[in-house]
Amino acid sequence: MNQKATTKTTYHIPIGPIHPALKEPVYFEFELAGERIVDVNVKLGHVHRGIEWAGMRRNPIQVLYLAERICGICSYCHPAAFALAVEAAADIQVPERAEYLRVIQGELERICSHMLWAGVAAHEIGFDTVLYLTWQIRERALDLTEYLTGNRVTKAIMMIGGIRRDITSDMLPRIKKDMLYFKDNFEKLRHVFLDDKTVKMRSQGAGILTKDDAIKLCAVGPTTRASGVKKDVRVGESYFAYGDLDMKCITPKDLTGTVNGDVYDRIIQRLLEVKQAIELIEECIDKMPSGDIVAEPKIPKLLSQLKKTNGEGVGRHEAPRGEVIHYVKLDGKSECPYTWKVRAPTYNNILPWIPMLMGEQIADIPIVAASTDPCMSCTNRVAVVSSGRKYELTKEQLHNLSIEKTRRLMK
Amino acid sequence: MTKKKLTPEEVVKYLKDEFKTKIKDVKIVKRKSGSKKNESKYIWMKVDKSVFKQAIKHLCKLQFPHLAVASGNDLDKTIELIYHFTLNYDQRLDEIVLNISVELPKSDPTIDTISDIIPGALITEREKMEMLGVKIDGIPDDRRVFVPEDIPVGVYPWRKDKTGPDKFYKNLHEVKK
Repeated sequence: MNQKATTKTTYHIPIGPIHPALKEPVYFEFELAGERIVDVNVKLGHVHRGIEWAGMRRNPIQVLYLAERICGICSYCHPAAFALAVEAAADIQVPERAEYLRVIQGELERICSHMLWAGVAAHEIGFDTVLYLTWQIRERALDLTEYLTGNRVTKAIMMIGGIRRDITSDMLPRIKKDMLYFKDNFEKLRHVFLDDKTVKMRSQGAGILTKDDAIKLCAVGPTTRASGVKKDVRVGESYFAYGDLDMKCITPKDLTGTVNGDVYDRIIQRLLEVKQAIELIEECIDKMPSGDIVAEPKIPKLLSQLKKTNGEGVGRHEAPRGEVIHYVKLDGKSECPYTWKVRAPTYNNILPWIPMLMGEQIADIPIVAASTDPCMSCTNRVAVVSSGRKYELTKEQLHNLSIEKTRRLMK
Repeated sequence: MTKKKLTPEEVVKYLKDEFKTKIKDVKIVKRKSGSKKNESKYIWMKVDKSVFKQAIKHLCKLQFPHLAVASGNDLDKTIELIYHFTLNYDQRLDEIVLNISVELPKSDPTIDTISDIIPGALITEREKMEMLGVKIDGIPDDRRVFVPEDIPVGVYPWRKDKTGPDKFYKNLHEVKK
C-alpha cells in the first residue's frame, strides 16, 4: 500500500477525490505499467463530518435523525442499527408487528439501492438504455416508499423501540401491485444483465476478489457474498423479524453453479438479492401479526428511561451494501450517548478494492470501483502525470475510455 | 476455517481455559426477537492488554473471525478499545458477536497490531490511532485515514480530556476573523 518510488517503467495516476464511479469522494493513486495497474493507494476522509462527535452531544431520539443523514441511500439502515444498539443497551423489547414493519422498510430500501446501482453499473460501461430502464423501476420503488413513509429519501420511519408508521390493510393492495410490477421487470432485467454479450464481456473476469481475500480483508455485503463467503447478518442473526422468515444466504452459485468473484458475479448477486427482497416483503405481509408498533409511544418517558440506562450495545443490520454496525454506550448520567461509533459497509469494502484493481486496466476502474458500491458522483477530473508532462482526464474522458473499451470488445 | 457449530459458552470456555484470570467480566447476552423468539447472541469480555494478541491468535485457531470494527471509549484514566468480531457468520441464526475489550492506560496507550493476523483490521486500527491517540505497535501503515492533515498532531477527536478537540470549537467569538 505504501507509495513506491517511481521507476522508469511505471507512472502514477491520481483519481479523485471526486470520482467517476463513487458517491463518496475517495482519492485513489494508481501506479501503472502501461495500461496495467500495479499498485493502488486509497485515501479517505474527504467527507468526514464528525457525525459521531455531534451525536455524543444529542439525545438518542435526535441521534436517530442525525444517523439518517449519514448516507442518502442507506437512510434507513443507520437509524435501524442505532435503534438496535440502544435497544440492546437499555433492554427494550420491540413489539412483533414493528419487527415485521422494519423488515418491509429495510427490504424496500434494498430494492431502491440495488436498482440504483444496476443503472450506474450499466452507465459505467456505456449502456445507458439500461440506466433509464432500471431507474424507471427504481422510481416505482421510491413512490412506494413515499406512500408508506411520507418521504422518498430520508424516511424518518425508525423509532427506538419500534417504528413510526403502521401499514394498514388499505395499503396492502398497492404494495402487492407494486411487488408484481417488480417481479415482472425483474425477469426483463435478468435477461438484460445476464444474457447480454456486452455486459458479459466487460464484467466477466474483471475485478476479481477471491474468497480467501474476502475473508481476510473482512469484506461485507454483496461484495463478499459474490466471492462465495456466506456472510449475511439477516441470515446469521435473529434481529427484526428475519429470524422468522424463510431465507438463506444467496451467492452467485445459486444461479450459475460457480463463484468467480468478478464484477459479473456481483451483478448476479445484487439481482438475486432484489428478487429475495421482493419475496421477503411478500412473506412479511402475509405473516405480519397485529399489535402495537412501538414499545413506548411517549417520547419523554422513553428519553428518561434511556437517561437512567447504564450499559452498552451493538446494533447490526444488513444494509444494501453490507453489514452496518453501531456501538452505543450509555453512561446513566447524561442523556446523550457516552460513545457512538458508526461503521458503514463501505469502510470494510475499501481494502478489497486493492486486490480487485490490481492488474486491471484504466478503462476498468469505473466499473470495478462501482461494483462494490452502488453510487456515483458527478463533475470529476483526473490528472495524469506522465514523464514530466501533465494533462488532465475529465470525468467524461475517463467514462469515454470505458465506453471505447466496450466498443473495442464488441468488434 | 472449521465448520463446527460453536455456542457462546464454548467460545468463552475455550478462551478462559487458555488465559484464565486474564479474561474478566465475561457476559453472554441473548436477545429474543420476532414471533418465533429466536435468539441473537452477544459475548462481552475484557481481555488484559498483555495477552490481547495471543488471545486473537488463539481465537483464529478456533475459527477465523470476521472483524466488523474496533470502537473506543475514553474512560477518564484509561482508553478502552472494543473489537467487535463475528463468529459462525455462515450459519443460519448461529452468528455470535464477540466483543473483546482492552483497556490501555493513558500514560502508555500502546497495543500490538492485529493486522498481521487479520489484514482487514488495518483501516480500523489507523482510525483508532488518529481518533483516540492510541499507539499501535507494528502497524504497516500509520498515516491518517479520516482526520484532515490540518488538524495538529496531538489532538484526538474522540478524547474527552485536554487532548480532545474542544479548543477547536469552543469560544468561536475569540477566533480571529
